[in-house]
Amino acid sequence: MELKKSKGTLAAGWYFMQGDEACAEGALAAGCRFYAGYPITPASEIMIRMVTRLPEVGGAFIQMEDEIGSISAVIGAAWAGAKAMTATSGPGLSLMIEALGYAVITETPCLIVDVQRAGPSTGQATRPAQGDMMMVKWGAHGDNEIIALAPWSVQEMYDLTVKAFNFAERFRVPVFLLADEAVGHLRETLVIQEEVEIFNRVKIPGKPPFGTEEINGVPPMPAFGEGANLLVTGSTHDPWGFRKTQDSAVQARLTERLVRKVRDFKSEVIEADSHLLEDAEIGVVAYGFTARAALAAVKTLRAQGVKAGLLRLVSIWPFADEAVAALGRRCRKVFVPEMNRGQIAGEMTKYTSTPVIPLPKTNGEVIEPAEIVEGIRRNL
Amino acid sequence: MNPKIYEMINDRAFPTPFCPGCGHGILMGAVLRAFGELEWDLKSTLFVSGIGCAAWIPSPHFKADTLHTLHGRAIAYATGAKLFNPRLKIMVISGDGDLSSIGGNHLIHAARRNMDMTVVCANNSIYGMTGGQVASTTPLGSMTTTTPKGNLERPFDLCKLAEAAGATFVARQPVATPIPLTRTLKKAITHKGFSFVEALSPCPTQYGRRNAFRTAFDMIQGLKNTCVSAEKAKGMSVEELAGKVVVGEFVDPGPK
Repeated sequence: MELKKSKGTLAAGWYFMQGDEACAEGALAAGCRFYAGYPITPASEIMIRMVTRLPEVGGAFIQMEDEIGSISAVIGAAWAGAKAMTATSGPGLSLMIEALGYAVITETPCLIVDVQRAGPSTGQATRPAQGDMMMVKWGAHGDNEIIALAPWSVQEMYDLTVKAFNFAERFRVPVFLLADEAVGHLRETLVIQEEVEIFNRVKIPGKPPFGTEEINGVPPMPAFGEGANLLVTGSTHDPWGFRKTQDSAVQARLTERLVRKVRDFKSEVIEADSHLLEDAEIGVVAYGFTARAALAAVKTLRAQGVKAGLLRLVSIWPFADEAVAALGRRCRKVFVPEMNRGQIAGEMTKYTSTPVIPLPKTNGEVIEPAEIVEGIRRNL
Repeated sequence: MNPKIYEMINDRAFPTPFCPGCGHGILMGAVLRAFGELEWDLKSTLFVSGIGCAAWIPSPHFKADTLHTLHGRAIAYATGAKLFNPRLKIMVISGDGDLSSIGGNHLIHAARRNMDMTVVCANNSIYGMTGGQVASTTPLGSMTTTTPKGNLERPFDLCKLAEAAGATFVARQPVATPIPLTRTLKKAITHKGFSFVEALSPCPTQYGRRNAFRTAFDMIQGLKNTCVSAEKAKGMSVEELAGKVVVGEFVDPGPK
């Protein structure tokens, strides 16, 4: 991925900031110049930051009539040339899923931030959860290869938002930032650098905007008003955008390319941190806010003589299959604390035959280090 | 015919997919004539549509940027494009089911915001593409595939809806009179703010043949007989207006 240095939109330095606000600042630094959203706890702070900050950098903001309108406006703005985003939580994401497949098939780069709260349905609006891991992956009908990143700190609410925009533009896909209420509302130190590395939209006039020679290619993307006579459609289409709703060859090629343009390059996206894993016998896999507790738990276990180590998933989708397989080979048991009923624990069993033991918690409260220690000690 | 129209047509897209007798072809012609007579450069014009027969009027037939969106969402997509690039002239062309039923919320809110765009609703009183189901615009008593004993629900008056929601130009014309329709479209295109044009368009395939219009010609005649101009309607009694549809420009700030 060819990245360009870009001057930040906030002076370099140390800030004390909330996760949601850091996400908004990361978006601006990445070049985001359009936001459409609808109020929802615990994501609203992103919107409130954007409404004052976007005009300062020449961007546009709108509060839409609902979440379907929000994601629709984001896609419309993206085709008008914007790096565009929205942010929401579970109930709003349920509505936005309608347009997720549209963004996939039209290859529209955009960012959707999901600050997860306790569900199902309205659930507990102010309480954290990690229950949408599978929803973002499988919510849209039809095949796709979703990219989703899970920040564990205010710093990553900033850094991973920049990365998410880069992946969106590099692969021409909708990307999720899978935050949770705890990290979204967390306040801690954020370090902003002078420059950030960003990926800008590729434009090659005269080239088809919806097809490539290669089966895993990403076509260039013109914008409205540039004279490209763009034909953007959610129906199956040929490389120039003409609807081909009865052509099996076009459908086959399009669906394969839409998946392979990400899957074949997943090593560019997949990111997982190893903590104390060199000699670990007991593995812990965690992500988002829960990974902070997991790291503390691993250190406690070490002090108690248990050789535990943590694999922190930074990217959730595409899944860190090789890292999980390697962890399984190294450890005799792997524990997965998560604020859901075992969504990622289940995914891991595809890649390892080592026992995977879920440590689920869904009472609307974050997972404490002591609970992870206890859960592991019970099953040693 | 204005030769400019040929420059606005995507050769690869013809013939159109519309059924014999469909009014959408006339509407397509009227839209192109309106832009042609205004000598408009379609390079900076974006056509946005939803799902359904009418959504295929601009996409892929117009040689311009076209955005064929999800069912009901055309206006929301258009809102995002317009806000990010205000230099774009935006025309939404879609059907009655798309704009007023599944997309009704976006319609009223864009009107309330007075978003600078032109919305053309091709109203054929039916869900044509999916097989002739009742719509929010189907007249009382009409036979459709989902009202086998006649429609029991009252239809929307789309112009009153748009006006009440805050649209600043509102008009209705049948495709049976393409010259007034073109004239109205030109006014809507040059209007600054949210303009709404309801184009009454016959669907002989899915509506007409189930409702005593045996042929496409019968439907066009029926449309002509049903429509009464707003001026004429002023002098008519309630009894005389029963079963009639008033057409004309209902909200029009006039030339600036």
